[in-house]
Amino acid sequence: MARYAMVIDTKKCVGCMDCVVACKTENNVPESFNRDWINFESIGKFPELHLEIRSERCNHCENPPCVHCCPTGASHFSKLGGIILVHHDLCTGCKACLASCPYDARFINPEGYADKCTFCTHRVEKGMNPACVSVCPTHCMYFGDIEDQQNQVSKLLASRKYITLIPEAGTKPHVYYLI
Amino acid sequence: MNELYSTRNNNLIDPYVHVWGWEIPVYLFLGGLVAGMMIISGYFIFNGRYKEEKCSCNFLPIISIIALSLGMFALFLDIEYKVHVWRFYTTFQITSPMSWGSWILIIVYPALAAMFLINPNNMLKEKIPYIKKISEFFSKHPYLVKNIGIGNMILGGMLGIYTGILLSSLVARPLWNSSILGMLFLVSGLSSAAAFVHMIAKDRYERELLAKADNSFLVIELFIFLLFFIGLFTATQVHIDAANLMLSGSYAPVFWVFVIGLGIVIPLFIQSLAVNHKIQHTPVAPILVILGGLLLRFVIVEAGQYSKWITTTLAK
Repeated sequence: MARYAMVIDTKKCVGCMDCVVACKTENNVPESFNRDWINFESIGKFPELHLEIRSERCNHCENPPCVHCCPTGASHFSKLGGIILVHHDLCTGCKACLASCPYDARFINPEGYADKCTFCTHRVEKGMNPACVSVCPTHCMYFGDIEDQQNQVSKLLASRKYITLIPEAGTKPHVYYLI
Repeated sequence: MNELYSTRNNNLIDPYVHVWGWEIPVYLFLGGLVAGMMIISGYFIFNGRYKEEKCSCNFLPIISIIALSLGMFALFLDIEYKVHVWRFYTTFQITSPMSWGSWILIIVYPALAAMFLINPNNMLKEKIPYIKKISEFFSKHPYLVKNIGIGNMILGGMLGIYTGILLSSLVARPLWNSSILGMLFLVSGLSSAAAFVHMIAKDRYERELLAKADNSFLVIELFIFLLFFIGLFTATQVHIDAANLMLSGSYAPVFWVFVIGLGIVIPLFIQSLAVNHKIQHTPVAPILVILGGLLLRFVIVEAGQYSKWITTTLAK
């Protein structure tokens, strides 16, 4: 079975926020909410400064606390490559999933249900990339099936050093950052 | 220096998670209180005290039903998609403590109703013959009454533990990452319930018994707090930071003054004097215990949401 993942090259990302705008446009994300965002992390003391820019979103974890804690089964693994989705009709807006996500990737849509990144499932079904990946001007984002060794994401993960966010939380995230 | 700047500004999430307001601590408190009352009245029914007119087990079930309904109403107010509230009861999700809780709450109501019908108010018996018939049926089957007592004690235990496990299962909040939270909330619920019954009991024996029991619960609660913090301090840095939020951080004044001081230590001192007949039983200590139990839920829920894993990667 396919297992979709995103790989983001932090050496190429410039934090232009095109991915954020593309997501909001593609998914009609309500005003003042974000399904993806940019984190700028700096460390050191001038002139020895290091900066890392990361485009962040739901990590579509392999061991997702949001799915485990959902009382109605609204949060679930989709059949499409293990992408984590929310059935709007099943969601009660109890916010357990918001509290359980170490990445704080979810929010309550003004309509009342839990909302988050879907890896643009509607595009992936048609063989397209998620909107954020498609628009990236520096081509720092990659999307594909990590179970397929010939896929670009698998090759990048095999050849480059990478990190995931908060691996110590045990969620096995599927958004990888090349460093 | 390690600095993190984020472009995200989602409501209820940023700058720190505050998805649950006053409704959830109130619900957890009332749930714990009801759990304690179920265990206390279940125990009195089990040992046959229900035959005495003054026994608190004859009116605690109806108070519990009201308190639990208020708690569930608070929970309902917290839910964002209110028209979908019935979805809780279209499924059972084995890994979700909230799903377990939803179903436990549904079983609790008939259990409380059964306990209430064992020896209901005389006026009710006269007005509603059906209630009288059920009561007479129970009086002919004492083994059934005992089992209702046992069932209520078990369900009360499950309800009390669930209110803590609900939080401890949410891995993203380091302060809650302790299964002992279930025991803490159960004992705190028992303590609040004992204080409540101590305050309203008509029977002198019950008042004495529950004051003594409450003292034991308060001591056990202090011990569980100690274990809770030992667990956090022997875990990772984020857990240590979470523990410090309560012990020396922004939540420390409320925790030390209202939860530990006024909610446990001072009432323990007052009640110890009362049970040793040095002073009269007054409602002061029970009220402090009950308010302490309520504030405990507020502090744990608020500080827990504030505690978080660190998403920085460069420092690692």
